[in-house]
Amino acid sequence: MLSLYGKIIKTGMLTEKLLKLPEDQSVIHAGQTLKAVIDKSFQGSVAIRQVDAGSCNGCELEIHALNNVYYDIERYGVHFVASPRHADILMATGPVSRHMEAALRRTYEAMANPKWVIAVGDCGACGGEFGISYASRGAINNIIPVDIVINGCPPAPIDLMRGILNLFSTV
Amino acid sequence: MTQTNQDIAVAIETAHSQPSEPESLAAALRAQKIDVELIEPTASFPAVVKLNAADWGNAAAAASAAKWRWAGVWADDCVSELKVYSCLQKNNTYLILQTQLRPGQTGLTSQAPYFWAADRPERHTQDLFGIRFEDHPDPRRWTRHQAWPQGSYPLRKSFPASGLSQAETAPDHEYPFLEANGDSVYQIPVGPVHAGIIEPGHFRFQAIGETVLHLEERLGYVHKGIEKISEGRDPAGLARLAGRVSGDCTVAHAWAACLAMERAAGFEAPPRAAFLRGIMAERERIGNHLWDMAALCNDVGFAFAYYQFGRLRELWLRENQSVFGHRLLMDRIVPGGVISDISSQTNRLMRESVTTIRGEVNELLTILDYNSSLEDRFIGAGMLSVELADALGALGFVGRASGQTFDARAHIPYAPYDSLQVRVPVESQGDVASRFWVRYKELRESFHLIEALLDTMPYGDVSLSWQAPAAGAQGFAAIESWRGEVLCFVRFDGDNAVSRYWPRDPSAVNWPALEKLVLGNIVPDFPVCNKSVNASYSGHDL
Repeated sequence: MLSLYGKIIKTGMLTEKLLKLPEDQSVIHAGQTLKAVIDKSFQGSVAIRQVDAGSCNGCELEIHALNNVYYDIERYGVHFVASPRHADILMATGPVSRHMEAALRRTYEAMANPKWVIAVGDCGACGGEFGISYASRGAINNIIPVDIVINGCPPAPIDLMRGILNLFSTV
Repeated sequence: MTQTNQDIAVAIETAHSQPSEPESLAAALRAQKIDVELIEPTASFPAVVKLNAADWGNAAAAASAAKWRWAGVWADDCVSELKVYSCLQKNNTYLILQTQLRPGQTGLTSQAPYFWAADRPERHTQDLFGIRFEDHPDPRRWTRHQAWPQGSYPLRKSFPASGLSQAETAPDHEYPFLEANGDSVYQIPVGPVHAGIIEPGHFRFQAIGETVLHLEERLGYVHKGIEKISEGRDPAGLARLAGRVSGDCTVAHAWAACLAMERAAGFEAPPRAAFLRGIMAERERIGNHLWDMAALCNDVGFAFAYYQFGRLRELWLRENQSVFGHRLLMDRIVPGGVISDISSQTNRLMRESVTTIRGEVNELLTILDYNSSLEDRFIGAGMLSVELADALGALGFVGRASGQTFDARAHIPYAPYDSLQVRVPVESQGDVASRFWVRYKELRESFHLIEALLDTMPYGDVSLSWQAPAAGAQGFAAIESWRGEVLCFVRFDGDNAVSRYWPRDPSAVNWPALEKLVLGNIVPDFPVCNKSVNASYSGHDL
């Protein structure tokens, strides 16, 4: 047990200040806006339901990384939830496979209003490498209305963070 | 003791007089009066045994008796005929069985009665090509939900890539799941949308109390037509698509596709490119194993290890970004080589970080060893016996935690592994703890391999300009990904365009293992059992 505590103390605090990450003034501005919006409109916390509607799983890996000690997105009041009923934001990835079309739509419909949709990744934005085919419907907004798109293949965690911040700067 | 020339000559003579494994199988089939043609292996393709369609099942029976491992089936619509292939492996050899169906002929005897692993791949082939596998033990559809109608087959050349209807796709219905009846037996349907940041699929549990009696997987939700949309692509386009068969396996799939295409075109990427590909593949293995070890600990509530392993993974991905230009290493491998070189400075940087991270991982494992609560949850959970793993042909860490020794890097090596000694860690306990432990041992081996590759890296170009292959040229490749063996077949049309691309992710083989290993466990242990297998949905569904 002592070695466990030793490791914790030795590792120290790693969560990075947004200032330390490669970014510009707009992020700081968006960060301040985000905190203000979340504090005011969401009582300090906003909930995201993530749905993979056909991705290659690359986006999922980077969304997961938002919860690691370096980004620790929960400290800004952003957390991921297991049910669409609990969610303010739907974060969807992938070109929408036809087999997930109904599931994506139903998840969206299960969310209470007001709600926002973030399409993540080049596939979510436009169908990406997969495009539209007999098996794929392409972009997320071909199925449900999208409020903001985060490009990248996959977008890095910092890009995801900026995307969420940008959502609120447009709200 | 020194060998004389005569001794060597005798040794060569003996080696030649021994029939090769494909020859033995061909001989066994001929002894049963089965008409076969054996084609010797070439630089681009393994040995091929050509058969009549009616003997497809008989060949599998003989291969099963001779202890071949069944690795995959694919078809290829050559318009005038439909060619069907299945891939077998034994010792250090791949063997391809091949048959053809004339237009209008759709029946083929099934190999599934002899090989468990052939069950779903044959149903996938049936759904996408309309080939009817007679005697198949499970006649249900598999990849087909509702995206295309029954009786139309997307991988036929006549089927339009855009599909037959642009209407909304209805959710799947009336799939005949196995139903259990009895006092206290109840059913738990889960998915396709799961309660986390995870890919979609459906699980149907039959449980009694907390205990899982039966689990049935229903996949195919992320089928996005990869095999179809590959048609007509140029080599660079295919490499990009291959890198997205499964995002966490991007290096291995892109490498497999590029190697298959290079073999079809009849040239080899330069040695330095092979070394860089090897480094990237090992880096992919390490990044994913670190993440799996984090998630396994998280699934049993051990947050400390989740954050620590997650921290190491993030540092590792950031180094991928700084050295290779992409956190997950997508699009770094291209036909003919890799897109960029490393410098002596980045070589040193990677060596130093291997030393650091190895020390940290060892330190964490010591801490984990002292936490018996972790062992309580891992040991004995999700047992996959050696016999079952063998029968399923389980691959990667799932197979190796249950006594399966196969590793393409060691047994059928390709550059750069043909110049390295790869040690394959194998355990036989077959539980979650064992799969965790194998991951740790694989980490250690990958650290060692990266050091060896960095130390012995040859100088020279990192890519060659692409040479268009002849029309009809085809290539086959097998790459050991972090999950296990990735297979790939590519056939070109004229004009440098891909006509058929078949990727086989190890998940296609390992998914059925999850159905077996979870039996008798409690439902709340399903997440950790599932994570310990960590099969890819996207790589399976294609």
